[in-house]
Amino acid sequence: MATTAPPAESTTVWTKEDAKASRKANNKLHRREHAWAAAFMAPPVIGWIAFLLFPLGFSVYASLTNWNGIGNMTFIGLDNYTRLLQDQYFWRALWNTVFYMIGIPIGLALSLALALALSRKIRGRTFFRTVYYIPVISSLAAVAILWQWAYNGDFGLVNQALGLIGIEGPNWLMDPTWSKPALIIMAVWKGLGYSTLLYLAAVQAVPRSLYEAAALDGASSWKRFTKITWPMVQPVTFFLVVTNIIAGSMIFTEINIMTPTGGPSWSTASLVWYVWNQAFRNLQMGYATAMALVLGILVLIVTVIQFRINRANDFSID
Amino acid sequence: MSLNQNTARSASSAIADTAADTGRRLPEQRPGMFKRKAATQESPAVNAVLTIILSFGAIIMAAPLVWMVSTSLKTKEGVYSLPPEWIPDPFVWDTYARVFDDTYVLSGIKNSLIVALSVTVVGTLFSSLAAFALAKLRLPGKNAIFLMLLSGMMVPFPTLMIPQFVMFSKIGWVDTLLPLIVPVILGNVIMIFFLRQYLHNVPDSLVEAAKIDGASYLKIFWTMMFPLMRPAIAAQFILWFMAVWNDYLAPIIYLNSPEKQTLQVVIANMNVQYATQRDYPLIMAASVISVIPILIVFLIFQRQIIESIALTGSKT
Repeated sequence: MATTAPPAESTTVWTKEDAKASRKANNKLHRREHAWAAAFMAPPVIGWIAFLLFPLGFSVYASLTNWNGIGNMTFIGLDNYTRLLQDQYFWRALWNTVFYMIGIPIGLALSLALALALSRKIRGRTFFRTVYYIPVISSLAAVAILWQWAYNGDFGLVNQALGLIGIEGPNWLMDPTWSKPALIIMAVWKGLGYSTLLYLAAVQAVPRSLYEAAALDGASSWKRFTKITWPMVQPVTFFLVVTNIIAGSMIFTEINIMTPTGGPSWSTASLVWYVWNQAFRNLQMGYATAMALVLGILVLIVTVIQFRINRANDFSID
Repeated sequence: MSLNQNTARSASSAIADTAADTGRRLPEQRPGMFKRKAATQESPAVNAVLTIILSFGAIIMAAPLVWMVSTSLKTKEGVYSLPPEWIPDPFVWDTYARVFDDTYVLSGIKNSLIVALSVTVVGTLFSSLAAFALAKLRLPGKNAIFLMLLSGMMVPFPTLMIPQFVMFSKIGWVDTLLPLIVPVILGNVIMIFFLRQYLHNVPDSLVEAAKIDGASYLKIFWTMMFPLMRPAIAAQFILWFMAVWNDYLAPIIYLNSPEKQTLQVVIANMNVQYATQRDYPLIMAASVISVIPILIVFLIFQRQIIESIALTGSKT
């Protein structure tokens, strides 16, 4: 579609002049099209420059200063970055953030199992799908408030339920050992419906003939799972792992609501929570910016590594 | 995210298949020719066991939310009764009146609506215009522009929040809703991505024909492209609305005065303020109120939402 065809009615012989005129008209038309296309693309491009590129550049500069948000920005070189390397709170927050990722494989395994169950002809599966999905659409703030109360050591729903089967639950959010698992359990509960839905679509998309052929060959159901289902849903697994890691690295809301001081012995503070705390509570803007940049770079590196590992999903844009 | 074209295509056609699957069955082959049944037939016993497991799981999924509603209707003391009561005795409906009279929940709802509606309505328009231009119009370097926009998805918001905050504080926008609206209203990369993908299935000749008929680009967009994209737009719109409605980090950075805060910040602050007064029913009532509107939207548009989410995954 590079050039528009000559007008259909030009059954007469084309002269050089005709071609020239047509090209001229085309150029004019093209210019008009370019102008409109540029105008249509302008808003997101402006947004990209003003709210992404510019802040990012500013971040890089601010991270090299001892800026407190109001006063002068004194250039201090890489001091913020060396401070970060020695800051045990930073490392603790990083460790906590990585620890939360344990929830990802747990959530994926559970949701794949659920999707396999829901792909069968089970009565009420639409109902189940809806129920499992409701936590996903509930606001994280409300869910965090609810679970904070549910984790209450004496009156909380969780320990009451555990009491029914004779387990005396810990005081979850007040206990340095159990605070992180508590947050992981909640995250799995909240995200389960979403991954299940994606897996369900993928499982249902597997051609039946594959299973039939495998069954004819006498493959066990476990074999059918490992050799057919698992590879066929692999793109969804990849998507979920990547998006969950990105989202997980930004975990903040539930931390700030359920453990406003970073948890017992700082056991729940996440990286973003620490950045936010340093920037907006302690007004260590320069230092916080350096940490935020490190966070962004870490996320980028992890994402790139995952794409590398997942060569099968080649990146193509058209 | 990952854009594997083949997977995308096969998966989206597969979804179409499953959609058709429920309505129209393929003509059954003559039975008994092969052992077809062995592979496809499901054991009723297994399904029964699975139903029990799924029901048990459903209870776990629903219990906390049911408990939230139940707690919101209890007396302040009833919250602490042991064993816990699932059905409040007595029902205290008054708590909900208190939520609206004594707290900032109402202004929170208003603020959240202002932000979420303005962002999604105007932002959807901008995104679909950009997607139309990226998919169907000629502009040298438009793929580079698209890649540039996509790169924005790689930068997490926490990395940008400090400089953005400084920018907006310089122009005096802190404690207004503008910093929550302006940066996102200009277009949503994810939406642009999906709509562009969607438009690739629309033949270019349609646009060419309209051009030859002398239709302006705005007219082509409005009378032809927008209606064509509508299903995809609807799905993305709802997802975006829910994301903005549920956002918490950006609002707590910018909004200080209680009457200017969005609903999520209001309930989070109530959680701090009223927990010391042991007024859990009030906190839970506010949480219920924050969940209900989205829940209603979800139940109404459930089919579209679920389809679009399923597509999200398969477009990888």
